[in-house]
Amino acid sequence: MSTGTTKLDVVVSDVVPVNELVTRFHFRRRDGELLPTFSGGAHVVVEMRDGDRTRLNPYSLMGSPLDTREYTISVRRDDVGRGGSLFMHRSVNPGLEMVVSYPVNLFSLDLRAKKHLMLAGGIGITPFMAQTAQLAGSGGNFELHYTCRTASLGTYADVLQERYGRRVRLYHDDRDERIELDRLLSSQPLGTHLYVCGPTGMINWVRERAAALGWPAETVHYEHFAAPQPGLPFDVTLAVSGKTIRVGEQQSLLEAMEAAGVDPPYLCRGGVCGQCETNVVSYDGKFIHNDHWLSEEDHRSGCKIMPCVSRFEGKSLVLER
Amino acid sequence: MAAKTIISRPIYGTLSPQPGKHHLFVADAEGALAIVDMARTAPPGFFDGAEIVFIPGADGKHVAALEALKSAQFHVAPTFASLLPRLKQTLANAHMGLRLYLAGTEGLIGQAMQVALEAGIDHTSMQTEHRGSLARRMQCVHCKGITENVTTQPATCAHCGLLLLVRDHYSRRLAAFQGVCINAEDRSEIPPIEEVFP
Repeated sequence: MSTGTTKLDVVVSDVVPVNELVTRFHFRRRDGELLPTFSGGAHVVVEMRDGDRTRLNPYSLMGSPLDTREYTISVRRDDVGRGGSLFMHRSVNPGLEMVVSYPVNLFSLDLRAKKHLMLAGGIGITPFMAQTAQLAGSGGNFELHYTCRTASLGTYADVLQERYGRRVRLYHDDRDERIELDRLLSSQPLGTHLYVCGPTGMINWVRERAAALGWPAETVHYEHFAAPQPGLPFDVTLAVSGKTIRVGEQQSLLEAMEAAGVDPPYLCRGGVCGQCETNVVSYDGKFIHNDHWLSEEDHRSGCKIMPCVSRFEGKSLVLER
Repeated sequence: MAAKTIISRPIYGTLSPQPGKHHLFVADAEGALAIVDMARTAPPGFFDGAEIVFIPGADGKHVAALEALKSAQFHVAPTFASLLPRLKQTLANAHMGLRLYLAGTEGLIGQAMQVALEAGIDHTSMQTEHRGSLARRMQCVHCKGITENVTTQPATCAHCGLLLLVRDHYSRRLAAFQGVCINAEDRSEIPPIEEVFP
């Protein structure tokens, strides 16, 4: 059992197609009890038994934190991804018994903020579904700007507009609508916190503009859900457990360790939370660091690796696990 | 620069120019020199979007040095209390992008920080630099009265007259160090009073 990821036995209570790419899944506890409470921005790691493979993907909880009879997630189908979203779309039906982790929040609201400014891109809307529900329930001040490719791919845009009216502003790529970011950021009252979830390019753009316009780093919150990147297979020796394992091209190092019976801690499986940080004992080759956790100095030192997203190319790699 | 002792005891940094559109400086006495020193590393045009609020103190020094920086606005106030309405007004009307710089005595930094916290600026987002006197703003934990400019250890509460040990225990909410009665068992016991916060 991994640190912080105690598990819940759930059953799929509903599967609802939302649009051509996105499907929503509802989970209830198998014993009929209420699920653990969570806060807006939390995610769960969903375990998928796909043949002899176990896939573990994190998805944001998008229901209201005020209602814990069920958990809901929305999964965007990625036809060229590693297969988790395809498994969810093809093989998960109502009645299926599944296991999900307890909720973990790496993208929580800073409730000291006087105002919450939210920027979403595409499927990055999901954590904001729960955050806006939470704030609306407590009379919080928020404003949501949501960019999507087309109106039909504006997942839950209609729901959000109906719920929150003018507090939600939509931008459609196919109509050349763009967030006027500098003006938006410069007109926010003191005490505003900024939250961004969407494609990496959008997150980088928003963080860069916010920093340049004088937003302190403490007021800018973002969530990457970088899936592990495929790459060349490589061999790893695990010094503590005394195992040598092979990491396949479509497999992450963390997944390979788990498949070998090693149980490293994790929370996000996306290179941001720091839980799975592992010391490197020795290496001959080069690291492909894909994480957002370690400092550049850590990356250069060759002493640490985040096995959830990072890879290796070379002759030998020994890790302390 | 104050040494760190217990965890609530504030530690201060060195002012450095931050990216941003508006820069608000609040300083007293020797704190002016922290701004002057920082100005040497500031990019050209930095003070075009800056406002400096300064409490010179009794000797009235450093006003000319700050004037020479040609900030967009420069305001001199006799006491912190007198500039409080102006400071609150400025922060209430401010937008994200305003950066705050506090320099001088701990009493000034703490009180300005307290106002800024209420306006929504996180204390970790403010630039601070301690200069000049080590005098403390102290709250008597018994009568809750605040005594300004405490320089001795122990110190007498200006409100209830108890002799207080000035602790490093600091309240950000009150912007004050806590003073606790040093001779509660026997009031006739008066330890030597030393000047430790000159």
